[in-house]
Amino acid sequence: MAAQQLLLNVDNVSRVFGGLKAVSDVNMQIQDGELVGLIGPNGAGKTTLFNLLTGVYEPSGGKIHLSGESVGGLRPYQITKRGAARTFQNIRLFGDMTVLENVMVAYHMHARHSLFTSIFRLPGHFKGEAEMREKAVEFLKIFNLDGKKDEIAKNLPYGEQRRLEIARALAARPKLLLLDEPAAGMNPQETVDLMNLIRWIRDEFKITILLIEHDMGLVMGVCERIYVLDHGQIIASGTPEEIRTNPHVIEAYLGQEV
Amino acid sequence: MFEYIVQQLINGISIGSIYALIALGYTMVYGIIKLINFAHGDVFMVGAFVGYFAAKAGLGLFWSLILAMAVCAILGVLIERLAYRPLRGAARIVILITAIGVSFLLENLGIYALGPQAKGFPEIVTKTQYTLFGDVTINSVQIIVLAVTVILMVLLQYVVHKTKMGKAMRAVSYDMEAARLMGINVDTTISFTFAIGSALAGAAGVVFAVMYPSVDPLMGIIPGLKAFVAAVLGGIGIIPGALVGGLVLGIVETGVSSAGFSLWRDGAAFAILILILIFKPSGLFGKNVREKV
Amino acid sequence: MFNKKFFLYLVLSLVFYGVVQFLITGMWLNDFYVDTLVLIGINIILAVSLNLINGFTGQFSIGHAGFMSIGAYVSAIMTYNFQMSFPVALLAGCVAAALAGLVIGLPTLRLKGDYLAIATLGFGEIIRIVWLNTEYVGGASGMNGIDKLTNWTWTFFLVLITILVIQNIVKSTHGRAMISVRENEIAAEAMGVNVTKYKVYAFVVGAFFAGLAGGLTAHYFYIIQPTSFNFMKSFEILVFVVLGGLGSTGGVVLGTILLTLLFTYLQEYPELRMIIYSLILIFTMIFRPQGLLGGFSAKKMVKKGGSSQDGSSTTSA
Ligand SMILES: Nc1ncnc2c1ncn2[C@@H]1O[C@H](COP(=O)(O)OP(=O)(O)OP(=O)(O)O)[C@@H](O)[C@H]1O
Ligand SMILES: [Mg+2]
Repeated sequence: MAAQQLLLNVDNVSRVFGGLKAVSDVNMQIQDGELVGLIGPNGAGKTTLFNLLTGVYEPSGGKIHLSGESVGGLRPYQITKRGAARTFQNIRLFGDMTVLENVMVAYHMHARHSLFTSIFRLPGHFKGEAEMREKAVEFLKIFNLDGKKDEIAKNLPYGEQRRLEIARALAARPKLLLLDEPAAGMNPQETVDLMNLIRWIRDEFKITILLIEHDMGLVMGVCERIYVLDHGQIIASGTPEEIRTNPHVIEAYLGQEV
Repeated sequence: MFEYIVQQLINGISIGSIYALIALGYTMVYGIIKLINFAHGDVFMVGAFVGYFAAKAGLGLFWSLILAMAVCAILGVLIERLAYRPLRGAARIVILITAIGVSFLLENLGIYALGPQAKGFPEIVTKTQYTLFGDVTINSVQIIVLAVTVILMVLLQYVVHKTKMGKAMRAVSYDMEAARLMGINVDTTISFTFAIGSALAGAAGVVFAVMYPSVDPLMGIIPGLKAFVAAVLGGIGIIPGALVGGLVLGIVETGVSSAGFSLWRDGAAFAILILILIFKPSGLFGKNVREKV
Repeated sequence: MFNKKFFLYLVLSLVFYGVVQFLITGMWLNDFYVDTLVLIGINIILAVSLNLINGFTGQFSIGHAGFMSIGAYVSAIMTYNFQMSFPVALLAGCVAAALAGLVIGLPTLRLKGDYLAIATLGFGEIIRIVWLNTEYVGGASGMNGIDKLTNWTWTFFLVLITILVIQNIVKSTHGRAMISVRENEIAAEAMGVNVTKYKVYAFVVGAFFAGLAGGLTAHYFYIIQPTSFNFMKSFEILVFVVLGGLGSTGGVVLGTILLTLLFTYLQEYPELRMIIYSLILIFTMIFRPQGLLGGFSAKKMVKKGGSSQDGSSTTSA
């Protein structure tokens, strides 16, 4: 790893729901090109942290910087434009659209033809649409979904829906890709494939990945660094080896799983 | 000035309590199956007509009210059974259109059977004016409207909070699936909700017709919409909210009219609706809940 | 896109136009049929434009008659009081309606599902009440003696333009952005779609064409009154859209034609007309809820509706 730049800086971020502090004074620094895991028991606040990073919720306190720019309080689409894209724990595809269209929507913000151009079918429209289609197919190929590009997204089997969500997020061309339990519901073989795919994506696209996962095999196998969240607080961070042996982490998980 | 204000309050509360009675039906039905029952205003109209025929046949106010409530309760249950139940789980917009269809149907059956003209409502309550103090007066019809509203509200509170059916209603509106798993008969509970809501609308129809002594098949549209505004104002799905919403709306309307803007009266109702939707969409008494991501 | 199918449809519709125009010129087609054709055309403009809002963008609007009335009144004022030419007046009506769409759209678009529906209904009614209270446009009795400038040719080509524009939007990245809002607003926004912008686009474009339909109406039936644009009218348009099939332009056009014909035909049975109409409405919803050629299942609206951005859940009954 060469000299790196700070891509994501989470500075004392909190989020309160009613009386519940779902995320509490979280600090997190992620360098350009890292592949980082975020783990923790159910209800620890992992998804909430993602929601804060992507603008779905506004932080109750603290600051978030992406590439040095403050993104706290921006709308989700503005944060996506600044280079963070995500997937969802409970899949949120555009169910009645085709597989291809799902990916094209993510490429929308890179489109240069205006509504006016499209209404009057000026040359820019055809050029822009063709380019989008081409790009979208490229992304589908990576995920082995190009054969199904004209299928309605909601008709795909579960594992493919998960892959499509990642493809879609990637099509937004993010610097930071956030994956919320990408392996959930996948069988062991699919999980291994996914693991390799995630690593490959990072290297191929030179992006940074932060992923939430319950599958320890996947997390330990693929992540270079791991943060552990419990009751909204970061209780440990470090290499997989350090995390595996950290007494706080063991306690958090033992206290949780009976 | 003080007397003037008190007088307007009295007038506003009388009409407002009618809105409240109708709003209760909207709110209970919405609370339980998330349907804006656009036909509810027409159930109110049917109630007024039942009252009209009962009064013509020589029944007094009490029996006219009881009869109207009974007929409307049955009508409400029938509407739910025939039109809405087959669509349980269908898209919201589809059920909404069905409700609009039922509304059209009731109105036009009314026109077909009874003619489009308004009919004078027989005087079953002798209208006497009582002076409270100074120039402030209240008439017997207003007293009756208030009394009917108060009695029905008390009864409703009792039913909802003290009876088994009421508990079932609250359970179903909180979480239909969980209620079903707990062994509550969801279909019966929904029917019961329609019955109660429609009976209240029927009662409102009769007192409305006594107050503005006339009935016609389209009379339910505007009060229906107003009551709906009242329900939203109070926080749709919340019973006390419907009462407060109705009263507030009645008072504001009376205020706007008495300030010389009677043509804008309906506009005021909708302006309130929009303001509340924009600034506190959950209504005065609603809790804010966000979709979890 | 401009493919073979597109040109086939274009040629077919032009042939249809030509035949009808020929019959009208030759006085073979009596006024009743022309009236019906124009009415169908106006209704198609209304339904197809509402479909952009409700069907494609998934926003639940029932205030279309309000926008229509703005087009009707503004264009009528332009020709009647200012002696403007017909196209200019129509355009003025459209622009005014589109502006109203913008003004109404911005504050209400944070609302979702039923709440948005009610707000748009309220706005539609407020617009009507404003006309009712404006002496300049005749108050309750409305405007009378507007020149009859709308004819088959205007109607036909404006319908064609409306459909083309809406289809060109829908079949582009902007249309996909709108559909993504319907499909999953949170995901759409997370994918970089400016959700508010596209909702406003849908409202503005939808209102623009509703205004166009209003202008055509005013200049065909000589007279406009506030009551013609009440929420019943908005419901009627909504019914065209839902019966045709939300999110399917073809279905909506077909549904509008059939329903308008049915309605015209039923005029021979004035007492039963509305009863039959209501029954058809109810039965179609129960037995074919996806509409004639339903595009998308509309299931999304079940799940999402009812809660606004920070809407109420029904905690007590
Ligand atoms: N919108 C919300 N309103 C209220 N409470 C919320 C909201 N979102 C999350 N919470 C609460 O915040 C806490 C953290 O939830 P979160 O979904 O972030 O956990 P998580 O770590 O992702 O868990 P899991 O592994 O089960 O996905 C939970 O107690 C949850 O109930
Ligand atoms: Mg989670």
